[in-house]
Amino acid sequence: MNMLRRAGLALSAPVLALLVAGMITSLVLVAVGDSPVVFWETVLTWPGNRSLVNILNEASVLYLSGLAAAIGFRMHLFNIGVEGQYRVATFAAALFGAQALLPGVANTVATILVAMAVGAAWAGIAALLRVTRGVSEVISTIMLNAIAVSMVAYLLRRTGSRQGQTIATDTIPESSWVPGIPLFADSVTELYGLAFLAILAGVGFSVLLNRTRFGFDLRATGQSASAAVASGVSVSRMVVYSMLLSGAVAGLIGMPNLFGVSHNYGSTIQTGIGFAGIAVALLGRNHPAGIAAGALIFAYLSEQANPLGILAGISPEIIAVTQGVVVLCVVIAYEVVRRYRNRLEQRAVAEALDVSRGSEEVAA
Amino acid sequence: MTLVQNVPGPGPAAPSPLSRLRAFRRYRIWVYLAVLLVVLSATRVVTGAHDITSPGTLRAALIAAVPIALAGLGGLWSERAGVINIGLEGMMVLGTLGAGYFTYHYGVWVGLLGAALFGAVGGALHALATVVFGVDHIVSGVAVNIIAAGVASFLAEVLFTGLPGGGPTQSPSLDRPPTLTVPGVSDVTASVAAENWFLVSDLAGLLNALTANLSWFTVVALLLIFGTGWLLWRTPFGLRLRSCGESPSAAETLGVDVYRYKFLAVTMSGLFAGLGGAYLALVASSGYQNGQTGGRGYIGLAAMIFGNWRPGGLFTGSLLFGYTDAARLRSGGQSVHALLLIIAVALLVIAVWQLLRGARVTAVVGFGVGALALAWYLSTDRVPGDFTQMTPYVATLLVLALASQQLRVPAAIGSSYRRGEAG
Repeated sequence: MNMLRRAGLALSAPVLALLVAGMITSLVLVAVGDSPVVFWETVLTWPGNRSLVNILNEASVLYLSGLAAAIGFRMHLFNIGVEGQYRVATFAAALFGAQALLPGVANTVATILVAMAVGAAWAGIAALLRVTRGVSEVISTIMLNAIAVSMVAYLLRRTGSRQGQTIATDTIPESSWVPGIPLFADSVTELYGLAFLAILAGVGFSVLLNRTRFGFDLRATGQSASAAVASGVSVSRMVVYSMLLSGAVAGLIGMPNLFGVSHNYGSTIQTGIGFAGIAVALLGRNHPAGIAAGALIFAYLSEQANPLGILAGISPEIIAVTQGVVVLCVVIAYEVVRRYRNRLEQRAVAEALDVSRGSEEVAA
Repeated sequence: MTLVQNVPGPGPAAPSPLSRLRAFRRYRIWVYLAVLLVVLSATRVVTGAHDITSPGTLRAALIAAVPIALAGLGGLWSERAGVINIGLEGMMVLGTLGAGYFTYHYGVWVGLLGAALFGAVGGALHALATVVFGVDHIVSGVAVNIIAAGVASFLAEVLFTGLPGGGPTQSPSLDRPPTLTVPGVSDVTASVAAENWFLVSDLAGLLNALTANLSWFTVVALLLIFGTGWLLWRTPFGLRLRSCGESPSAAETLGVDVYRYKFLAVTMSGLFAGLGGAYLALVASSGYQNGQTGGRGYIGLAAMIFGNWRPGGLFTGSLLFGYTDAARLRSGGQSVHALLLIIAVALLVIAVWQLLRGARVTAVVGFGVGALALAWYLSTDRVPGDFTQMTPYVATLLVLALASQQLRVPAAIGSSYRRGEAG
């Protein structure tokens, strides 16, 4: 199979899925009596500068979340708990950062490290339960999500102070803030200063996966656990390490916003990023570049859906339907394409064998 | 377990230890429940937290347990046929929406059918992805959950906005299914329960919860659990369905249409989860609300795992989770505080038992956590509200951590089966 055909096949799945999801969304809109034409006009209008910045900010956060999920997914370890890890880690980081034990940038770096450590620790609970007690990480991470919500709410009430309608932790000293990057002169919104964390994490994930022994073991365990064990990989150790790593990346999710905009942890923290990250990882097939595309698509759809209610009287919630359908379609499409590719390869092998057998017969 | 029973055992003449064990297995759920009641009663007397077995708490526990049990029942159908179903949560969400819409327009019983239908659609979606296309079961389940959440919040806004008492995130308040009260028994048991006698009042509280204001939907749910047990373990249909979860290739060689059984099982799974959602919307509260399920689909799945993929076990698990959920709602701080004592004592007993078995690490961990729980119990007199909210989730984790070693998973669970693999 040549390169071009390979690339075409790889791209056909997400494109097909997006088209089907678009069709299903249109059908749903027609069914409830809304106009799909207005919907598509609104969603497909090129976003203004302000929206563009919002999309990039949202995408950088989603990308981190998607990466966190993908690390586990690569070895069929389902860390559904990114949401909880992100919450606990962001809260702990906000607490630590506000103490200002270190000056300026050192405080920023230390706080980020604290967030990673706490995220990893929260994920580590699930890893330990899986390795020592055989508890499925799917169930335990979901339970840990719910526990994280209550625990953080309790600790916030103990440590935070009332600021208007909400409770928030103390503010991080200004010397440790990471200022935004103004992309456009006329835009009020700025790109998160820590958006580069997403790029850094993406490159790191790519290198880890393709250039290290750990990455090799990770992929091997995902593709065939029995083969990995046979070649000396300790699956338990891989479960613990990849879960810790996944939690550490999940800890980064809250950092761009914490240092760029909010500067504290309040009860208005953005929720649902962890779950969206899972969707983004599935969309991007757990591949560093694919996840980036998925994060951009998701962020684009969410941002473009905002004016729907005002302009077209359509509930912006419709975009959640689109996103969900995209994910289901894309996983089905990947599976169909994978099978098609297998069949192509089998046919190619069969043909090659026929040819060689034919030439042997001639020689005989 | 059925495989074990099929092994030719000793004849019926001599009551061997094995057959006695089997007899115990058949009735053990009742033994466990009895032990639980005695423990709760003793704790109530010791701590003075009388609400932990009051009729109100037990009724609330039953109401909290039934949706979890229905979701778990859905999980049972699906996983016995070999398909992991974490999409239960989403199917439950669809059920709450279906119940809200159809009950408002056509009455309670049509509402139940509508919820079952919506749930079944979610189940069919999961079946399409996993059985027909062979997508990873967890991945498909996550996708179903995402779709269901989106569909529910979008359709709720479309369907309920503008209705009297309705809004973009909730339905108008709905009729409840009729309730059942046994006259006489309910009054007597209520007055006995109020006396706070050891064991007698607790039993009376239990009887009262079952005879006063019992929703007919609860009765239906209990019948569904018994019916599932009969259907899956006592009929050829059930044997075939379970064989798809144990060894699909063997089933295929015997002429079972594996795809059809799996598809049916997963769709039924959605149907039951949808009914669980309906119970949440119609009995546990008085209408549809966004985010009403609050992870109960997952807890249902955990209850089923805890129950070793058996109907009786999953119901016991659901009662446990339902009870911890109810305890937090009814004088939560005090009741959950009393439960701390049970946890502490139970962990210390387990620690001693593990030490006798020679498992030192487990014993030390159990002892440490138990001592912490005991210290917490002794040093405070109530548990803060946020912690009581965690109770069902922490209980799930603890129970799974303690129970998961003795479980027997359906052998072919999670694997994607392609027709013709039997060769």
